[in-house]
Amino acid sequence: MNKNIQRCGISIQTMGVMMVLLGVISLGLFSFDRAPGGGGAAGKDSAASVRAFAEVYKVLKSPRCMNCHPSGDQPLQGEDSHVHTMNVQRGEDGKGLYALKCSNCHQSKNVPGLHTPPGNPKWQLPPADMKMVFQGKDAHELAKQIMDYNQNGHKNKAQLIEHARDTLVKAAWRPGEGRKLPPLSYPAFLKAWDAWIGNGGYAPGGH
Amino acid sequence: MINLNVNGKAFQVSAEPDMPLLWVLRDLLHLTGTKFGCGVAQCGACTVHLNGEAVRSCITPVSRAVGKRVVTIEGLSTDHLHPLQQAWLELDVPQCGYCQSGQLMSAAVLLKEKPDPTDADIDAAMSGNICRCGTYPRIKKAIKEAAKLQKENTHA
Ligand code: FES
Ligand code: FES
Repeated sequence: MNKNIQRCGISIQTMGVMMVLLGVISLGLFSFDRAPGGGGAAGKDSAASVRAFAEVYKVLKSPRCMNCHPSGDQPLQGEDSHVHTMNVQRGEDGKGLYALKCSNCHQSKNVPGLHTPPGNPKWQLPPADMKMVFQGKDAHELAKQIMDYNQNGHKNKAQLIEHARDTLVKAAWRPGEGRKLPPLSYPAFLKAWDAWIGNGGYAPGGH
Repeated sequence: MINLNVNGKAFQVSAEPDMPLLWVLRDLLHLTGTKFGCGVAQCGACTVHLNGEAVRSCITPVSRAVGKRVVTIEGLSTDHLHPLQQAWLELDVPQCGYCQSGQLMSAAVLLKEKPDPTDADIDAAMSGNICRCGTYPRIKKAIKEAAKLQKENTHA
């Protein structure tokens, strides 16, 4: 082996120096990468990122999130994510149509009583020109979509981190009587979300 | 005391801020044209306009109506000549009538936002208003008739 290296004209000493240099360069890249990403979690670690997304994905696919991120132009309802009764439509702005706009029934807070309309001041679907579909997406597709500025409502990493603190996102954990909570607690979801994005927002392997 | 504007008139009512608007309209202001069907936003009988939107008054707290314009079936028109009212009479739409004020208030929002509605538009607007007598075919016809009348009126 020694002979081979020498034949290539590189001494062991040179290799040692190169390795140190490479180390310094990659350290530099590492800190450069983490600086603009923001969001608090440590720099890029694709394995940790993908692990965290597995937790995030469970929440995003739960009815409390997915029911308002349908693949069609109608919201979904219930634990079985059936199409919303009353033929409710998305509308251009995501806020319904004509006499069936979201806020005609959904108030700024939950209505008391079993299975009554849950409420939030921002209640709506994604708009027609940015549908942000969760339904039917596997983990790879959904992670890619959320990290894509042109498919995520034009959010950078810092804004994505912020989005998890949005009142409408938090509403999933105050679902109103008769509805199940997402599979993770809100703090556990935030932790996973931040770790996923803070570590680079990697997508798990495709199919 | 809560100040309200209903059908263009100012009212003062003594009610808790979370009292449903429907209770205020029916029990305190005695505007009983608006009906109670389910109380949980499922039937549409209680539909009134809040700043022009067809809200369900049974689950709308009265506090949400403060500073806004409330219109009930009694205020849909001053002369009973709203194109929908004319078409409703012409086609004899109601059976028992219980759901009809809600149907009219929903249809009014549709006609305002889509003066020439297709069948799909009518389905998108009206599917939340239940009629136990099944007057749906006549409702659909009457909305189209009202759209025609509305057009004639604006072009007259
Ligand atoms: S009484 Fe309000 S929707 Fe049924
Ligand atoms: S006319 Fe009887 S409920 Fe509609």
